Amino acid sequence: MNRDAPLVLGIETSCDETGVGIVRGTELLANVIASSMEEHARYGGVVPEVAARAHLEALGPTIAAALAEADIGLADVDAVAVTNGPGLAGALMVGVGAAKALAVALDRPLYAVNHLVGHVGADLLDHEAPLETPTVALLVSGGHTSLLLVRDLVSDVELLGETVDDAAGEAFDKVARLLGLPYPGGPEIDRAAIGGDPTAIRFPRGLTRPKDQASHSFDFSFSGLKTAVARWVEQREAAGEPIPLADVAASFREAVVDVLVAKAVAACTDLGVPRLLLGGGVVANARLRELAEERAAAAGIALRIPPLSLCTDNGAMIAELGAQLIMAGHPPSSMDFGADSTLPVTDIQA
Amino acid sequence: MLLAIDTSTGTSVAVVDRDTGVLAETGTGDTMRHAEVVGGFIRDALADAGVRADELSGVAAGMGPGPFTGLRVGIAAAHAFALGISKPFVPIVSHDAIAWCWYRDGGAGTLQVVTDARRREFAVSEYDGLDVDGLPVRTDGPRLVPRDDVPGARGIRLDAAVVPAGAVGMLAEFAYVAGRLPLADDAPLYLRAPDVTPSAGKRVLQ
Ligand SMILES: [Zn+2]
Repeated sequence: MNRDAPLVLGIETSCDETGVGIVRGTELLANVIASSMEEHARYGGVVPEVAARAHLEALGPTIAAALAEADIGLADVDAVAVTNGPGLAGALMVGVGAAKALAVALDRPLYAVNHLVGHVGADLLDHEAPLETPTVALLVSGGHTSLLLVRDLVSDVELLGETVDDAAGEAFDKVARLLGLPYPGGPEIDRAAIGGDPTAIRFPRGLTRPKDQASHSFDFSFSGLKTAVARWVEQREAAGEPIPLADVAASFREAVVDVLVAKAVAACTDLGVPRLLLGGGVVANARLRELAEERAAAAGIALRIPPLSLCTDNGAMIAELGAQLIMAGHPPSSMDFGADSTLPVTDIQA
Repeated sequence: MLLAIDTSTGTSVAVVDRDTGVLAETGTGDTMRHAEVVGGFIRDALADAGVRADELSGVAAGMGPGPFTGLRVGIAAAHAFALGISKPFVPIVSHDAIAWCWYRDGGAGTLQVVTDARRREFAVSEYDGLDVDGLPVRTDGPRLVPRDDVPGARGIRLDAAVVPAGAVGMLAEFAYVAGRLPLADDAPLYLRAPDVTPSAGKRVLQ
């Protein structure tokens, strides 16, 4: 195997995207994603069994498409990497079963890696400037909302905080639903917020009161916000008053984005780490990127945002974390790991 | 030679040969650890049989019926292995393999194959012997029935706790020789829709 620039095929099935990526060292060769998002739209959120069924159907064709995009054959692959958690258990198992069989069929080493750390690893495929550590990473999607301190990508990652209830992306979906907007909620709320006043309604910022500072300073909570939006809208309706949709959407979005960025910047400041990395599908939200840029600049923090195709769940980030482990001399995972839906970020590799 | 995988109940992996039969078979009845064991079982079955992956001519998989989560692991593994060796994927109805085994071992007449489908239901298929090619004749199912309401078997009722991958593989070999492949669709036999109801959403605003 080429240990300086290993050719790694990565498989990601932790939520509703079937992702297969191929990297050579830190060079991105392919990043193919099959999403089952449309199948979930009529349910208003990701349905685990629907996602798992879709993974099984999509995985073979997605691997084939990634090989074609990278213009390589499976015989060229040095190692296989796969997400073993955190995520939806049944969905993860499809990728784990396939990756194990593929590794045995090819007689290649297998690296089982952490999905969240993979989001950070994605940044290595963006070459404008190398990823510097330590860095704080804010990872926001429909499945997770986590704040990480990454001292070393392959050996030292610490969880600073995470959501205690809904993920931020889930909050967008739920509020979109109660506003009568379709799934997925993020882009819909964005559209509805155009022209709205983000300061029109002061919705609550979860876990930001002084008493939360001791135990939850870097944790997030969005279920109270969702309830606050519902109550505000219901009261207006009960009073027979019109609902200013643009203002509600803009104010809700501001409450989410404000607390995400505030806690991420506070983590950088408190820990003396002047670097912040964003990852996860909610990075697609322009207001999140805008506010992060504004506040990071004001606080003297270097902000990194990988291209959106590497921020959403994808196989390339898993392949890249696998490649980093190989380049750092880590041995492969043993064959008996399972899918761990609550895998802690400290378990970078199984 | 074929690699065969079935995770419709526990996990079973075998290497079979048309002429010499089951060369190796390894498995567990554990219904909770499919993802954990499947890779090691494939590796071990190949080693036990003394067969390299590139000597295989295909991969057979039991498509169920079986509980969703585990069933998928074996099918995903079989698909990926077939892709890895660039050889055909051969789907087999898991109940057919059980029936084939039973008739081959001397069973005769009508056979009802019953496996656990969880949620107080069984998956049931009925067979009426082997045809001229030596393949089982399925006359009903697989379908789900409430556990306390299994139709009275006209012949023998066979409750199977495991589906041996060796039988899945040998049935695939016999079907190939008879020119009868594919014997089944490349689609998991979930027999149940996903456990959700479409939501119209709570429309506060209209
Ligand atoms: Zn993610």
